[in-house]
Amino acid sequence: MCDAVDTEPHALTEFDKEVDAIRQILGMKGVMTVDELRRGIEAIPEADYLRLSYYRRWIRSITATLIRKGVISEDELRAALEAS
Amino acid sequence: MTSGDFAPGASVRVRDDWPETRGPVHIRTPHYVRGKPGRVVRRLGEYPNPEDLAFARPAPRVPLYHVAFDPAAIWPDAKGGDELLIEIYAHWLEASP
Amino acid sequence: MTTILETDGERLLVAVRALLADKGIASMAEIAERIAITDRASPAQGARMVARAWTDPEYRALMLQDGARAAEAMGVPMRGAPPLGVLENTEAVHNLVVCTLCSCYPRAVLGYPPFWFKSAAYRARAVRDPRGLLAEWGTVLPETMKVRIVDSTADYRWMVLPRRPEGTDGWSAEQLAAIVREGDMIGVTVPTA
Repeated sequence: MCDAVDTEPHALTEFDKEVDAIRQILGMKGVMTVDELRRGIEAIPEADYLRLSYYRRWIRSITATLIRKGVISEDELRAALEAS
Repeated sequence: MTSGDFAPGASVRVRDDWPETRGPVHIRTPHYVRGKPGRVVRRLGEYPNPEDLAFARPAPRVPLYHVAFDPAAIWPDAKGGDELLIEIYAHWLEASP
Repeated sequence: MTTILETDGERLLVAVRALLADKGIASMAEIAERIAITDRASPAQGARMVARAWTDPEYRALMLQDGARAAEAMGVPMRGAPPLGVLENTEAVHNLVVCTLCSCYPRAVLGYPPFWFKSAAYRARAVRDPRGLLAEWGTVLPETMKVRIVDSTADYRWMVLPRRPEGTDGWSAEQLAAIVREGDMIGVTVPTA
């Protein structure tokens, strides 16, 4: 953690921007707050947290939050994963 | 709990409390200032408590303060004369004599 | 539930996006529009505010008092954005912004946070070793200058109003805006002529 800072610019990918946009839309529509996003990120087990990129943590937290709140069900997610 | 009403310049202390040891929580008070003395700089308004928002609970508005800390009072090897300025919600602050 | 959440993020995104579209929560068009709006915010906006503050004392006063109103006065959309505070660098004080808890950033005026701002190394060291951190950007401050580390933990977002560099007398606001970089407005660097 106390390493040199990587000061190079890293352009966001299309994946990053889509996850960011979905988070904004879910916030604006009152589906989930940024606080719920943060709580979900903090709940990721440490080994996964350290392995995942910034926006991969976000999509995992968003997915967990949507399931917990009943916005989507685990069965629906499983079906959508199989269909994709 | 304190009444949460602090004037600019007031001496305060951040509560030495660790709710994360008691169950799932989301806290916006950094661990490194828990139990540390600080000085209120200004009130920043009132906002829904993020500790409730994070769990989709009704979130009463709580006052938010900008509080200054001496880094040398937190880390002995920190350079004297520098300053940490942190947003802290009223329910995390106690008046300090 | 844990297992399904371990699915790779790219696949999770495709599946969640499809479900949100089916349920009428977020369409592909809405997502594309939101990306386009977000892409419009950039450090150039903050730079224009800084340049105006350097040339217009009334604007400078407004910016230090209410950053959001100052941003709106320059045409930056602030509706729905968190309050914006502006921290003034002086001969005596240098401000450095960090969010140790996550990555709170003044996105409305600076755009997406840069990679380094979100990194564990920056977040840990900004509070613990600010001068060592600044040296990695080549920023060396006088020993007598106070470094004020602003840990952005809650509802405000913070940007730095840097000092106007020497050798810029008579410059237009456009010329001045061109020398103000992203890092100058977070406090890891200082502008030079």
